[in-house]
Amino acid sequence: MSRLANLFASKQKNILNVYCTAGYPHLNSTIDMIAALTENGVDIIELGMPYSDPLADGPVIQQSGNIALANGMTIAVLFEQLKTLRQVSNIPLILMGYMNPVLQYGFEKFCKEAASVGVDGLILPDLPEYEFETEYGAIIKANGLDFIFLVTPETSEERVRKLDELSTGFLYAVSSSATTGKDKDFDAVETYLQRLASMSLKNPVLVGFGIKDRPTFQSACKHANGAIIGTAFIQALEGTSDLKATVKQFLATVQ
Amino acid sequence: MVTQNETFQAPNEQGYYGKFGGAYIPEMLHRNVEELKAQYLAIMHEASFQKEFLHLLRDYVGRPTPLFLAERLSAEFNTSIYLKREDLCHTGAHKINNTIGQILLARKLGKTRIIAETGAGQHGVATATVCALKGMECIVYMGEKDIERQAPNVARMRMLGAKVVPAISGSRTLKDATNEAIRDWINNPLDTHYIIGSVVGPHPYPDMVARFQSVISEEIRWQLKEKTGQELPTHVVACVGGGSNAAGAFYHFLDELSVQLVAVEAAGHGVHSGMSAATTQLGKPGILHGSKSLLMQTEDGQVVEPHSISAGLDYPGVGPLHANLFDSGRGTFLSATDQEALDAAFHVSKTEGIIPALETSHAFAVLGRMNLQPSDRVVLCLSGRGDKDLATYIHELDAQASSLT
Repeated sequence: MSRLANLFASKQKNILNVYCTAGYPHLNSTIDMIAALTENGVDIIELGMPYSDPLADGPVIQQSGNIALANGMTIAVLFEQLKTLRQVSNIPLILMGYMNPVLQYGFEKFCKEAASVGVDGLILPDLPEYEFETEYGAIIKANGLDFIFLVTPETSEERVRKLDELSTGFLYAVSSSATTGKDKDFDAVETYLQRLASMSLKNPVLVGFGIKDRPTFQSACKHANGAIIGTAFIQALEGTSDLKATVKQFLATVQ
Repeated sequence: MVTQNETFQAPNEQGYYGKFGGAYIPEMLHRNVEELKAQYLAIMHEASFQKEFLHLLRDYVGRPTPLFLAERLSAEFNTSIYLKREDLCHTGAHKINNTIGQILLARKLGKTRIIAETGAGQHGVATATVCALKGMECIVYMGEKDIERQAPNVARMRMLGAKVVPAISGSRTLKDATNEAIRDWINNPLDTHYIIGSVVGPHPYPDMVARFQSVISEEIRWQLKEKTGQELPTHVVACVGGGSNAAGAFYHFLDELSVQLVAVEAAGHGVHSGMSAATTQLGKPGILHGSKSLLMQTEDGQVVEPHSISAGLDYPGVGPLHANLFDSGRGTFLSATDQEALDAAFHVSKTEGIIPALETSHAFAVLGRMNLQPSDRVVLCLSGRGDKDLATYIHELDAQASSLT
């Protein structure tokens, strides 16, 4: 059973997934960050691999990626850092990134090395389901990695079912009207999440937009299994001199 | 080996030209792109659409544009060189062929808000123009650096009623303006149509833009027949950044294998100088702005910032149609440096009385390298006029003057 499957078997509500950017704020802060998030009770870590042209990200996460790239972060460096991943953390870790750097690294090599350092799954928002089904999905599966598709309020019911079928681990519910980091009208969001909840999908659903504090987290969790915090966390890290304390302090405002 | 039964014109169902194309988009764009994909061909073929498109191309853009036998240039190269005068289009370049088509399409789709990206500002001006014509809201994303470099076009867009939004992320040029336009579309999925300016982006954009620009080669065929008795040129030459004027000029000759298709990229300071935009020479297969194509990138797959003296060729990718022409050997890819393009601009101005855009000047710059024969019929797509480049040309005139003293 995968770490994600294990997690959802034992906990179905209020799952907290925190996004952070590999190599941000410092090139070598990745492992310390993972350790701090794990110690402070986060359920899942989504680790972003920086890219020069991150289409689906808002300005805050883009900027963290630019800093990480300037710090020297690459996929090769990241895998080197993640060799000690399973010494500091036992919770599910998902890599999020864009197709181009992964293709250059070599898709199969990437999956193999991700699995060997203990990564549990992948989110590649610009990998379309056609290419997933015809080419890449088999490689991901062969390496025992979960793959998480995104759905939006504009995704038709038929398509939600298809993406749910193709996903393993969980399904990532975003707002179509949001590159990450925008404030959302939570009433409209609630209707959308209720619709997803009523579909009895195969996968748990995590909500990934506009979540920044306890009220928004609790509201997101009302109709989903949990939520993902990204932008607000990256903002909290800005200018920090004590990573551990900042992580602890931030998470205390959410949980 | 290129065989007669391949087609280079249309991508397959998934938007692939050979290995290149597709629609590598996040789910947030799926509905919009899918809607376009499902409807663009049907709408383009509707009689009412065709009628209005052709009417506007004729009475508003000024088509057909002339095919002009450039006698002095022909004599110089001992061949026949015909110039397809896209520089005479309203707004000064071929870009408006596509924006006219897309604005009509957007209205058929019920969209009320138009967004676009622009580098030098030519596509931005062409988009602002058709939005004014049709009374649509227009937002143009432009790199902060390009806004500084292209002040006259920024003023034109504003005068036409468009809102020009600076792209302040990344390198603050065309690539980043495109990212910002795509993000805007993600955030405004219902009322907005994104008018991409070149044969790039996710399927169906490369095919749609190529079809709207194909009017260029459609006209070349009958005009050349009128002038020479033969429909087919021996060579078609065009500059390539993303590749929209080249796609339009090549389109109806893509599957005529006797016609040599010559695409000219910007070599900047030299192909291997580190300051270049010669994508097919320097790029590797990669994914940018929603399609797989050739892409200038680092070993780690980060997109590299290109350089060209002409903002319209300053793009790290190339349309998938062109990547396939390169990969299959169907197209001949040459390049010209900044200085070669400048020299060609001055030479053509003095020889034919036409001041070409810097982009087009790259195409002129390779004529001497093509081993042209007296019996050849060469068509060069004169994609735009040089008014927008006057600041650069004045700078060059000053440099020439000071080197003489």
